[in-house]
Amino acid sequence: MKSSLKLFLFFILIISYSLTVFSSEKEVKLLKPHWSFDGIFGKFDRASLQRGYQVYAEVCASCHSMKLLSYRNLAEEGGPEFTEEEVKALASKIEVLDGPNDSGDMFKRAGKPSDKFSMPFANEKAARSANGGAYPPDMSVLIKARAGGADYVYSVLLGYDKTPKDIKLEDGVYYNKYMPGNKIKMPKPLNKDSVKYSDDTEATEEQMAKDVVTFLTWAAEPHLEARNRIGFKTTIYLLILTVLVYLVKQKVWLRIKPKV
Amino acid sequence: MSNKGFNSDNNEIKPVHTNKVGGSPFKGVVGWIDNRLPIIRMFKYEYLDFQVPKNLSYFWSLGGILMICLIFLIVTGLVLGMHYKPSAEDAFVSVEKIMRDVNYGWLIRYAHMNFASFFFIAVYMHIFRGLYYGSYKEPRQLMWLIGIIIFFLMMATAFLGYTLPWGQMSYWGATVITNLFSAVPLVGKFIVTWLWGDYAVGDAALNRFYVLHWLLAFGILGVVIFHVIALHIVGSNNPSGIEPIDTRDTVSFAPFTTSKDLFAMLVFLLIFVLVMMFAPNYLGHPDNYIPANPLITPAHIVPEWYFLPFYAILRSIPDKLLGVIAMVSSIAVLGLLPWLDLSKVRSSVFRPIWKQFIFLFVLDFFLLMYCGGMPAEGIYVLLSRIGTVYWFLFFLVIAPVVSLTEISLPMPNSIHEYEDWKKQGKIKTFKIF
Repeated sequence: MKSSLKLFLFFILIISYSLTVFSSEKEVKLLKPHWSFDGIFGKFDRASLQRGYQVYAEVCASCHSMKLLSYRNLAEEGGPEFTEEEVKALASKIEVLDGPNDSGDMFKRAGKPSDKFSMPFANEKAARSANGGAYPPDMSVLIKARAGGADYVYSVLLGYDKTPKDIKLEDGVYYNKYMPGNKIKMPKPLNKDSVKYSDDTEATEEQMAKDVVTFLTWAAEPHLEARNRIGFKTTIYLLILTVLVYLVKQKVWLRIKPKV
Repeated sequence: MSNKGFNSDNNEIKPVHTNKVGGSPFKGVVGWIDNRLPIIRMFKYEYLDFQVPKNLSYFWSLGGILMICLIFLIVTGLVLGMHYKPSAEDAFVSVEKIMRDVNYGWLIRYAHMNFASFFFIAVYMHIFRGLYYGSYKEPRQLMWLIGIIIFFLMMATAFLGYTLPWGQMSYWGATVITNLFSAVPLVGKFIVTWLWGDYAVGDAALNRFYVLHWLLAFGILGVVIFHVIALHIVGSNNPSGIEPIDTRDTVSFAPFTTSKDLFAMLVFLLIFVLVMMFAPNYLGHPDNYIPANPLITPAHIVPEWYFLPFYAILRSIPDKLLGVIAMVSSIAVLGLLPWLDLSKVRSSVFRPIWKQFIFLFVLDFFLLMYCGGMPAEGIYVLLSRIGTVYWFLFFLVIAPVVSLTEISLPMPNSIHEYEDWKKQGKIKTFKIF
């Protein structure tokens, strides 16, 4: 046993040494704000979700689609929980091409809660041509589709900085501290007072980034609150059951213990 | 041998028993049914009175845990299948629809996803158990071989399942793995095209992956039944590696093993629930939430975590064909172990040298897993080569050499004596739990 332990330690030593020597990639530490949805009891901050939707609708939505979401989702439990009237009002702001009607013609109408979020571009080609060749990714599950999740997207939103002197960027490419390779084709999206919040929250860059990332996290994981709630209950239930079954097992095994 | 049992030309007259009704230990309605369909007595003999070594550790609960995993996977998969659409166009969105709009669809899908991972966690521990306590030795060789078939089927099923959400890792994982067949000399390209049903991974491939994922899931169930039948013939091994002799060495399956296994299952489920409910995507890859795009290759294509050791073996060899052969044989070589390890002693408790090499083998497994998750460059290539060499050395050289040269520790004559020795501190056992 002793010699295997030594071998083990030797092994670990070699691996850890070689990794420190050879690892060339320097880690960029992401910004890690406090998220209300983190942890076992995590819940979304309703006001932040509603403000986040406003940031999405007024800033992001001009380039980024959210194909998987419908306006009705905004009223659902565990989400921004806008009232049904508010959702109707939000949906009616967009124009939807519907049809064909009975005479076979397509027609335009005001949006309804059952409509999907409106698309900023007709297709990918149009999106690329309007954005210098880059395709603004769909944001429906963006948070789950990036390593680092909410922290990463938050960091990128706040990661715009002056381009260091030793880096040359082409036109339409921007420097970002947190983007892999430090290059991003999206111009700095959030500037102070990009939106005007209807509650008295001050629209600082940090505040807007936090709100919109909260909104995107909900969009990617709309049942997060239910998951945490059910998860907690199931854990408690299983804990109690496990203890009880353990006691039963002990009692059962008492029957044969003395014979050994 | 004459043609006994067949009606033959000679006029010998023998009695026949076409009516085998009877022999049930039960009375009343249950007895009436059991006399005609003897599954109730089979259940009684095999699951209530079945004698099991008394000294089994919690490592022996993993079989039952694996059964639970398989059943949960099939049930959740059945429900998912009712909502999933296997087409390149709709697959990603239909999975997201399950996550968003289907009632508790997110629960079912996260359960299915994470159960697949936990299935592998349990199966790796199960295989380790077999390795450490010599469960592959006479008379359990066939069971061990059936187990390896199950493991192959599991890997195939898990790979196919991972392609179904049609995210970036699904698509590129499928592309990389199916392309391995192109390494076959002469006909490789044709095989790949035949597998895809097209000239690229696409709609046709996804459709058949879905069908095969279903088929193999039930294939596993079938082979698992053989595994269990074989178990009930040869009986369980135990930490001492000594066969039970009398009732001092055994307990009946119910209520002793059942109560113990139930407790182990609940602990396993508890850990599972914590991961599935509070970190459901921890074991997955973020890129799989990006819809499949044949035009954009991810920076690092990595398989699921449970394939990483074998992926590392594949990549450690510069030649594609040899790499594929190495990967497949790294698992197949397990099947030779009953004939490579010649020691008569089953349990590593009594094998001081072999024990060390098994621990090294476990480390090797984790080393390869780590390397498989890293880009194939620099130090990682060297490390995976070292890992690969040890992997094969372990089975092909160390196992026979150690088994022939090692002097095993003195062994007790029975399981109850083993238990006494353990109490007296004469035996040092390996304990995780």
